[in-house]
Amino acid sequence: MEVIVNTLRKSFATNLTKSYEWRSAQLLAIEKLLDENQTELLDALKQDLNKPNQESIVLEISLIKNGIVHCLKNLKTWVQPQKVNPIFQARAVYSTYIQYQPLGVCLIIGAWNYPLMLTLVPLVGALASGNCAVVKPSELSPNTAKVLEKLLPKYIDSDFVRVVNGGVPETTKLLEQKFDHIFYTGNGTVGRIVMQAAAKHMTPVVLECGGKSPVYIDETADLLVTAKRLAWGKFANAGQTCIAPDYILCTKETQEKILPFLKQVFEEFYGDSVKKSDSYARIVNERHFDRILNLIDQSKVVVGGESDKSQKFIAPTVMFNVTPEDKVMSEEIFGPVLPFITVNNRQEAIDFINSRDKPLALYVFANDDKIYEDFQNNTTSGSFGYNDVLVQVGFECVPFGGVGESGIGNYHGKFSIDTFSHQRAVLKTSFFGDSLSYFRYPPYSESKTNKAIWASSEFKSCNIL
Amino acid sequence: MEDIVNTLRKSFNTDTTKSYEWRKTQLLAIEKLLDENKEQFVEALKLDLNKPNYETIVYEIGTVKSSINFCLNHLKTYIEPQKVKPIIQARAVYSTYVQYQPFGVCLIIGAWNYPIYLTLTPLIGAISSGNCAILKPSEMAPKIAELLENLFPKYLDTNFIRVVNGGVTETTQLLEQKFDHIFYTGNGTVGRIVMQAAAKHMTPVVLECGGKSPVYIDETADLLVTARRILWAKFTNSGQTCVAPDYVLCTKETQENIIPFLKQILQEFYGGSPKDSNSFARIINERHFDRIIKLIDETKVVVGGISDRNEKYIAPTIMFNVTVDDKVMNEEIFGPVLPFITITDRNEAIKFINSRDKPLALYVFSNKEEVYNDFKNRTSSGSFCYNDLMVQLALECLPFGGVGESGLGRYHGIYSFETFSHQRAILKGGFFADSLSSFRYPPYSDSNISRGLLATSEFKSCSIL
Repeated sequence: MEVIVNTLRKSFATNLTKSYEWRSAQLLAIEKLLDENQTELLDALKQDLNKPNQESIVLEISLIKNGIVHCLKNLKTWVQPQKVNPIFQARAVYSTYIQYQPLGVCLIIGAWNYPLMLTLVPLVGALASGNCAVVKPSELSPNTAKVLEKLLPKYIDSDFVRVVNGGVPETTKLLEQKFDHIFYTGNGTVGRIVMQAAAKHMTPVVLECGGKSPVYIDETADLLVTAKRLAWGKFANAGQTCIAPDYILCTKETQEKILPFLKQVFEEFYGDSVKKSDSYARIVNERHFDRILNLIDQSKVVVGGESDKSQKFIAPTVMFNVTPEDKVMSEEIFGPVLPFITVNNRQEAIDFINSRDKPLALYVFANDDKIYEDFQNNTTSGSFGYNDVLVQVGFECVPFGGVGESGIGNYHGKFSIDTFSHQRAVLKTSFFGDSLSYFRYPPYSESKTNKAIWASSEFKSCNIL
Repeated sequence: MEDIVNTLRKSFNTDTTKSYEWRKTQLLAIEKLLDENKEQFVEALKLDLNKPNYETIVYEIGTVKSSINFCLNHLKTYIEPQKVKPIIQARAVYSTYVQYQPFGVCLIIGAWNYPIYLTLTPLIGAISSGNCAILKPSEMAPKIAELLENLFPKYLDTNFIRVVNGGVTETTQLLEQKFDHIFYTGNGTVGRIVMQAAAKHMTPVVLECGGKSPVYIDETADLLVTARRILWAKFTNSGQTCVAPDYVLCTKETQENIIPFLKQILQEFYGGSPKDSNSFARIINERHFDRIIKLIDETKVVVGGISDRNEKYIAPTIMFNVTVDDKVMNEEIFGPVLPFITITDRNEAIKFINSRDKPLALYVFSNKEEVYNDFKNRTSSGSFCYNDLMVQLALECLPFGGVGESGLGRYHGIYSFETFSHQRAILKGGFFADSLSSFRYPPYSDSNISRGLLATSEFKSCSIL
């Protein structure tokens, strides 16, 4: 592992990665990799998760390509030092800039649920910022991991980007190395281990974790559309999405009213046999299958509940009248089980949400701006979706990241560049007019003190005075 | 400690800190605290560091007041969510925003060399972002620590902002608590300890550390002005500044040419006896005094070298023909000793700098644009100044932070808002025209895939195609 990191660091020291040409070439190479090997990639995802092609293409590959295109469009601007304006007293004397510099060698640890997207989108950010990188795909999606290991070296020089596969021992060995940045997607337990390892070298980290993302459905919501969007967001990838709606909060009345819509939507989505549908994924492995099954309380199931271990199939399942003490509320479900918890009103929902860990996503369905503002102002979460779910991850204009237990840091769009770069302050001046700043030099005096205060202060703007 | 954190968290949960009024009131209260107790601060710093009045008023109080004004001027920008534009296909359907939200309870660990500036400026960032905070001033500047502890409760509600004093024991106890953000200024050893503690809760951190900040003097530099600026920056606070020029790299010729200017400037600054000047500070304590004295190799001293342990006084000292193996090059000097290392050319200087830890600041003196560009493009550092030193800290338009061994994260200006806030992505949609996005729902199909890609893709602009 040490040899790999040293090789990458040597490559980085050649300064090749800093040029606009190198960076755009790598991004285009990844795009080519995706275009030229789509069949193989779709196959690998089928084997790992029985992921439907549409999900692989629209929710994985297309998102990576969006990241690439967005970077390419803006790279020229982002890599230039940006001129900024200092206080007016300084403008004649100093030119000030912010220079974006790559950090060096980044470690990117991917996840198994969106094994392409969660590995390659951070990689795109790291490369666009001029770094070298070690990519460690998740071993729980082994077919995709193998394909990445095979394909990346064909498109990107392995002296600059290296794929390292393996399990806990290999990851541990990697974490013993000194990196200039570590980007991790996964759960909070391992997130802590990653940050501990990073702390040994004061290496900056981004931890993209998860949690239970709540949904509040208000009486004013359009229940058919709500049911559609919820079902889509929940059952894509069989619920194995970090920002999937985890559980629902609504009144008893709403719970009753939405049930026929949910049943209708399931019928529309999957026909009469979900198992036969080719629009439905499978659970990644038997351990998670068992784990999720354990969370289901059959007495509370109103839709679904069927399963087949040989296929790692769990039917889209809805549970009603769930309570916080139920097993399904004790951990992030990460599976196709949607529990409903009834509340009396919106305030109770807000109090419930705020009493728990800050979630990665928070969703509210309502037709009342007051409700939107209430949740906007009185809750916190990685992201907040009003009347839709998941979509925020597709927009490069908003940051993607958690807060509290759901994570540290963010990326996507410009935020990727901020994350994978060092923002270096640059100050430029000349030798003439040194006497203009005579007041800073000893011997000090009261009049020099006053001059210095005037020359260096920010003043309150008129509306503050 | 747990009680204090719980109290602050309860206060935070009342949502009081989110309002513009609360933030503005606290900032003005700190300003009042500084204005009404100026003499006491000047006195305390005289006792802790023999800091000259000018340095206290301009570098400690003036800077903090500037930071207050900047934050007051920008509060409104960060209180409201900022609208951002998604891809064109989405604009009719979704509104997207970035909302800046406070984290909660922040821990701010100050340093002893600028005990007001380095404790209060982060606090201003935390408050401006709507957080509660615990301030832990450095115990090595005890008079200021005591003064802050006495004054704060008179101006700010202790349920929201608390000063906690103490040494290693108290700091360790503090670090065992769960904070929502930890901001540390100090050295890399303790920085690692702070990050390890933060890792237990995945708490985001900023570590403002240091290192040896190099200076390169080119043959084309105006040596009089160069000497004046370098000596000003070096001997302010008796060299105990994290961005002080640590050592100088130049040719043998430049070393010879600059010596008369150095002597002239020292005479201008301190007269014949810096010990009697009221423009020269003292070393913080005997441990550091002894540490710095050990770094001085008498045989290489060309100016200064005198000291007085009773007064913790070390004269402004310059050493010539220093080599990499000399003790003075082993650690950050953090004292009034300026070693010169001779090199044959600029390339050798760059190689030398790049072979060592990334410094907090890098300084270059020259009259040739290509020298500016060479250092800008081929080196990395927290900040980079061309023909001046230290001034970057006073300009709120520039981020202040390190990279690699010199630190993690940054603050000042808008970066304080970014550092002490969670950037929450908001996506706002409606129920109308759900059929527009019907392609996303199962059952999946090729035509749905095509429509999906059209609806969600970033497209290359003409310049990329």
